Amino acid sequence: MYSAFLIKYAEIAIKGKNRYLFEDALVSNIKYKLRNVDGEFLVRKEQGRVYVETTGEYDYEDTVDALKKVFGITGICPVILTEDEGFDKLCETVIKHVDSTYKDKNITFKVNARRARKNYPLNSMEINALVGEKVLEAFPEMKVDVHKPDIVINIEVRKQINIYSVEIPGAKGMPLGTAGKAMLLLSGGIDSPVAGYMVSKRGVTIEATYFHAPPYTSERAKQKVVDLAKKMARYTGKINLNVVNFTDIQLYIYEKCPHEQLTIIMRRYMMKIAEHFAKESGCLGLVTGESIGQVASQTMQSLVATNEVCELPVYRPLIAFDKQDIIEVADKIDTYETSILPFEDCCTIFVAKHPVTKPNLSYIKKSELKLTEKIDELVKEAIDTVEVIKVEPEEI
Amino acid sequence: MEAYLDNSATTKCLDSVAEKMVDLLTVNYGNPSAMHLKGVAAEFQIREAKKKIAKTLKAKDKEILFTSGGTESNNLAIIGTALANERKGKHIITTSIEHPSINNPMLFLKEKGFEIDHLEVDENGQISLEDLKNKVRKDTILVSIMHVNNEIGALEPIYEAAKIVKEINQQCVMHVDAIQSYGKFKIVPGKNNIDLLSVSGHKIHGPKGSGFLYIKDKTKINPIILGGGQQDGMRSGTENVPAYVGLSIAAEEAYNNFQEKIEKLYQLKKYFIEKVTEIEDVTVNGKKDRDCAPHIISVSVKDVRAEVLLHSLEESGIYVSAGSACSSNHPGISSTLKEIGLKKELLDSTVRFSMSSFTKKEELDYAVDKMKEIIPQLRKYTRR
Repeated sequence: MYSAFLIKYAEIAIKGKNRYLFEDALVSNIKYKLRNVDGEFLVRKEQGRVYVETTGEYDYEDTVDALKKVFGITGICPVILTEDEGFDKLCETVIKHVDSTYKDKNITFKVNARRARKNYPLNSMEINALVGEKVLEAFPEMKVDVHKPDIVINIEVRKQINIYSVEIPGAKGMPLGTAGKAMLLLSGGIDSPVAGYMVSKRGVTIEATYFHAPPYTSERAKQKVVDLAKKMARYTGKINLNVVNFTDIQLYIYEKCPHEQLTIIMRRYMMKIAEHFAKESGCLGLVTGESIGQVASQTMQSLVATNEVCELPVYRPLIAFDKQDIIEVADKIDTYETSILPFEDCCTIFVAKHPVTKPNLSYIKKSELKLTEKIDELVKEAIDTVEVIKVEPEEI
Repeated sequence: MEAYLDNSATTKCLDSVAEKMVDLLTVNYGNPSAMHLKGVAAEFQIREAKKKIAKTLKAKDKEILFTSGGTESNNLAIIGTALANERKGKHIITTSIEHPSINNPMLFLKEKGFEIDHLEVDENGQISLEDLKNKVRKDTILVSIMHVNNEIGALEPIYEAAKIVKEINQQCVMHVDAIQSYGKFKIVPGKNNIDLLSVSGHKIHGPKGSGFLYIKDKTKINPIILGGGQQDGMRSGTENVPAYVGLSIAAEEAYNNFQEKIEKLYQLKKYFIEKVTEIEDVTVNGKKDRDCAPHIISVSVKDVRAEVLLHSLEESGIYVSAGSACSSNHPGISSTLKEIGLKKELLDSTVRFSMSSFTKKEELDYAVDKMKEIIPQLRKYTRR
């Protein structure tokens, strides 16, 4: 049983004077993520490393699962931490570790020693050679391959000796809370949760806005969006979800504007309203799940039209993704099953049979002039009647 | 104001039922199989419950088998009969407008090599006895016909059908899905050639998770749940005493002042149909007089999507369902409406109102008033 995990991170290591900020965020995010896992954990920084140490019993699977959801970690290495009790004892520990970790001994390996504590009697090359020899003696089926080994037995001589050979891939990215805040337009479809996840992965804190249109969309459709936010929150942390009643605006646009422009104009108002909440809560940008050409409202021409209403930058992490690639990520973060539940969302209810695919901004603006009489009042009402739901991460 | 008009989906549990159930959950909670006094007391409760229910059908106590509800009763009736009789034949007849708890066991049997024949229905949702006569064969082992259709309230001629079945093939088992009709019609299965009859508790103001299958004495049927041998081995598992006793109270209550309650329902139905069809382009599906169920009204509203109407009504505290509630979580077009040949553009524009003996005229007025208000609004914004 491993008594600790060595947490590897890539990008943080190349930061300069700010490095400690990223590391501290990572440590605190790891602590937060492990709070509901069975076991006692000590998370500490040491010489450019983060360790998660355990004392006594803990749930290994749950711990790894939790760590896999922390942004900023590239690798999770279950590690044996042992005091220096002489070289023979070290070899014994390595052999025991190899024996219990690899049932099939027909593998190639290499020993990779590093000596941070320079007063150790052997240097790294010597450790490599001598430990390698002992392993070969113990398991004659194993072979050395220094170029492309199946396993790398890492031995790091620090205050304690670290032995590890397994590295579980982490979520990568940057620690949450190190990059500012963004407002996600969350629809209930497949794409927007993935977009939120991807931006959050860069350390960005996420808030969300959802537009519902009762009676055209149901309470269940809204619940579905809350469920999606809960799933996202396992990665992104708590999410403030703004639920905006969009019915009156939608019907007003429907009444006054050419039908084939409905979706574009609707989306322009959605962006405006989302931006209002974004600014109000100090967000530095908007996030959408748009991808070029996926539907009529996501052609480059349409994106020009929806982009035009925003002052804040609009981040579109999926812009060059194919649907299948988006689905793969959705599957990985476990939002796909929820996204495909068949509830009508407000974008589809009045959709035209042939919506414009190459809207001309000046025509769109001209159509919007027909809304002058009431639209400001309706937008204000939608903003004033917003329902804010504080979404906590779904427990596994 | 609230108007709950979705009583074919489920009903409010009677206070007297709930009270008795609390007692059976917290005070007299014995296991009827236990040898001690608390067990004996529970067993007595079950015997009394069977007696009460048997009385409503003029049946014997031992002909009542408790289940977890309508779906289990239907599954047992179909699969249990098939298992017990497959050596006599593999031919089964049912109708084209059955509930999924009939359709899916039938599909299951079809995959196992049984031959399933369907009786078509007319524009009112009724089967043709002539058609039935032509389809029953010597190797037909089961005929399953619903008494009242859950979506449009069509009433099937079960006594006549059962008679025809038995005249042609005495051995064939006759099953009736009475889930929407029990408590609304007096049914005497024993004298009328019906061998099996399914009932659900929560449709008649009893608890969810309760139901029974009437199994006429000497009917050949196998259990589908095996275990400790409770209920004479026909349905293993510790008896859900509170649910079964609750169901029996509800059943007894359903047949108290029966004529009066049913008369009131028919009058309310007539009243509602008159009022609701005053709205332009609103039509009622199926039969409208005494030759249909007293509590179900299927209403088509041209150019309004059922789901949208449903959610608009819900904003005013009016609860109805679109198509059949059981299948409405996976929106697809209702099969019954298709089978009765409803116009394509109305399939997705049909809602069901269903009443109970607690339904008041004021609730119907309220619902119609709201519809008069909402429908023209919704029609303004249809998909162009």
